[in-house]
Amino acid sequence: MFSKALSAAVNGIDGTIVSVEADVSDGLPIFDLVGYLGSEVREARERVRISLKNSGYKLPAKRITINLSPADLRKEGTAFDLPIAVAILTAFGYIPQENLEKTLFIGEMSLNGEINKVNGVLPIVYTAYRLGFERCIVPIDNGKEGAAVQGIDVYGVKNLQETVKLLNNDCILEPYFIHKEDLAYGDEADNLDFSDVTGQELTKRAIEIAASGMHNILMVGPPGAGKTMLAKRIPTIMPVLTFEESLEISKVYSVAGLLNNSRSLIQKRPFRSPHHTITTAALAGGGRTPLPGEISLAHFGVLFLDELPEFNSNTIETLRQPLEENEVTIARVQGTYRYPADFMLVAAMNPCSCGYYPDRNKCGCSPNQVKRYLGKISRPLLDRIDICIEVLQVNYKELENHKLAETSENIRARVMGARDIQLSRYKDEKFYFNSQLTPKTINQYCKLGKKEKILLEKAFTKMNLTARAYHRILKVSRTIADLDGCEVIKEKHLSEAICYRSLDKKYWED
Amino acid sequence: MSDNMTKKEYWFWLCNLEQIGIKKIQAVLDFYGTPEQAYLDNGRGLEQISVLTASDKEIMLKSKESERIQENYAKLKDKGIYFVTKEEDGYPSRLHNIYNPPFALYIKGALPREDRISIAVVGARNCTYYGRETARHLSGKLAEAGVQIISGLARGIDGYAHEGAIAAGGSTYGIEGCSVDICYPKENFNIYMEMQEKGGIISEYGPGRHPKACNFPMRNRLISGMSDGILVIEARERSGSLITADLGLEQGKNVYSIPGRVQDCCSVGCNNLIKMGAKMVTGPEDILEDYGIFYKDCKNQIKKIDKLLETKEKIVYACLSSFPKHMNEIGGETNLSVMELSEILMNLELKNYIRQIRKNYYVYISET
Repeated sequence: MFSKALSAAVNGIDGTIVSVEADVSDGLPIFDLVGYLGSEVREARERVRISLKNSGYKLPAKRITINLSPADLRKEGTAFDLPIAVAILTAFGYIPQENLEKTLFIGEMSLNGEINKVNGVLPIVYTAYRLGFERCIVPIDNGKEGAAVQGIDVYGVKNLQETVKLLNNDCILEPYFIHKEDLAYGDEADNLDFSDVTGQELTKRAIEIAASGMHNILMVGPPGAGKTMLAKRIPTIMPVLTFEESLEISKVYSVAGLLNNSRSLIQKRPFRSPHHTITTAALAGGGRTPLPGEISLAHFGVLFLDELPEFNSNTIETLRQPLEENEVTIARVQGTYRYPADFMLVAAMNPCSCGYYPDRNKCGCSPNQVKRYLGKISRPLLDRIDICIEVLQVNYKELENHKLAETSENIRARVMGARDIQLSRYKDEKFYFNSQLTPKTINQYCKLGKKEKILLEKAFTKMNLTARAYHRILKVSRTIADLDGCEVIKEKHLSEAICYRSLDKKYWED
Repeated sequence: MSDNMTKKEYWFWLCNLEQIGIKKIQAVLDFYGTPEQAYLDNGRGLEQISVLTASDKEIMLKSKESERIQENYAKLKDKGIYFVTKEEDGYPSRLHNIYNPPFALYIKGALPREDRISIAVVGARNCTYYGRETARHLSGKLAEAGVQIISGLARGIDGYAHEGAIAAGGSTYGIEGCSVDICYPKENFNIYMEMQEKGGIISEYGPGRHPKACNFPMRNRLISGMSDGILVIEARERSGSLITADLGLEQGKNVYSIPGRVQDCCSVGCNNLIKMGAKMVTGPEDILEDYGIFYKDCKNQIKKIDKLLETKEKIVYACLSSFPKHMNEIGGETNLSVMELSEILMNLELKNYIRQIRKNYYVYISET
């Protein structure tokens, strides 16, 4: 007797359908599993055999062969336990084969027949939906997570008996359902708001611009100036997540095993702030079977690197490719994995090792020490940071002055305005934000008037700017003009952009 | 033992012995009279000099290889180093008047001219923007007026003083705490090279001597000794520059000091000097008048700010000083938005009224 149940494996953040075929024939009673299996999958044999017995199903002494196809794809993880069990039961006639049509199974089994939580349910359910499946049977703890995908019935099952009953239509089980409208987007729960930070007008403005055009930003300043505090509040001024964005982020989190029933969907922009001792694999993603790293967990959100010079330089260098391509590719023997990594990089650092330069009353670092400290940051990385600002310690007067601080909501409104302009301008392009402009498209979208050209030329010679700095200034000035609701870039936009220009090499050496 | 060495070569031998410093050389000379006598003596006389230890004596005896001494002496010339002893006419006369003058000097370039005024400019290594600009500006102005600028080629104020003098086309001399063929610190290599053309590098240490901490206070006595006045720019409460100033006082030189703000720890030493009676200097004329040099006042040439700038630019310009101010502070004082402010600052910078010395920190460019 032959039977077939469908399941899926996770590859990157996409699912690949795997069909689990079972055959029962006469011969020596052997239970065999084939199909390029990882050790977790091979162990499924014992788990499935015992849980079938403990669930009350008698297996006649026959030769059972299971094949997981495609046989050239490496199968990892424990999610195949349930489809194997279902395929065997179908082969023995407990479930009619036609009841398995357009149904996808995932779940790990315990010896008593219960079905346990697995990782990566969301991308698998999403793949199933795209391929026209009608229902997915997942562990009960993954039910809500899977239900985030609309247009497919997701059933959470407790144990094997319940699954069999469901398949034989012996019991009625309601599929999980999430109302899109019920999802609360936003971050009110955190109580973070830009108005918490007093003073720092320049920094706030720079952050607003950075968030509008998705520019990467570097803050340089003494300890206690509020760099971390400001960075934490950046997600509050970015537009609220759309459902599609939320689904894509959730897929990454699902693969990483960071979702559960109480948090079935990521509903606020991620803010990831890894410690500077982080390893390359943890930052970019990796491991024997690769898992998404911090940069992918910060997808559509903010990756905050505090104390940038303290990070291992090799680790930081891995950021280069993701910053260009908005995704990270990890190659392993078994295959190549792609994880999305479209994040805004926010970095913070001290100006010198004691942190107080150029305040000579506090800083005793020699010019050489300062230079060495700043030299720890690699040029290629700096080249990918459009905006750089020096943050000043807040003085008492500013602390007292509460009234001026703007709320995140106001700022967010402006940011969204600027983003709308960009989206409509780039509707025919393959990118969405000013920060993604290439030198060629800069010429097309950042046209300057006569007066502006003269100003930029003057600044260029006076400040010893490089060609890279020139392009960055144009990109940032484009965003400033968008924030201003201005179609053309004016002198004031340019001069503000020059003020945020990134650190030129010459600049450090003064 | 060959004795076809010249007088200078005997001096070169005596001044280049390891472990043998000024005091021991003095003792040797007191006993023998001349280096030649000391060299030619078979060593019996050395026994009678009590300050010399056994190892000193051994070094002295072992080093008597005339061929090597002559070879090393010839190498000096190849390197363009000039060797002058205390007995010769070329030796700076100012040094005859100080305590413990060196027996010989090594010079790359030239020695300061005797007929012109020399001013030593000394100060902190880790200086502020204020100190840097003052050092550059004042030494430039002094050099223009014909004053020779003497300093120690160190990081910070010393280097900036040399730089200012070179930029103004004046002559400047650096006194090193190591031998003249070594540039210490390396950052000042450009100044080091240029100074050999427009002045000189001077040291009392022979070729190949590397900088040692204990050499620097010794060097300071030469800085003050070779100049007529000492100008201290930015010294912390306990600074090496104050040693130079003290030495200068002992040697009977004028001490000048640049005042700093009360809270600035970089200027505490300077302000203390003023309290103790050093002359406060706010412009080159304050120094030049003491030496009878007339200084042409150029204050009339200050840009007429009022006419050239717009109202808002004037407001911004007015709140800047020579102490770096962050954009946030300027914004707080002028109540201008970041966008407005950045445009104004940009314009002022392009018009050469202000300068951004570090990211988002501004100072005005002073003309006096």
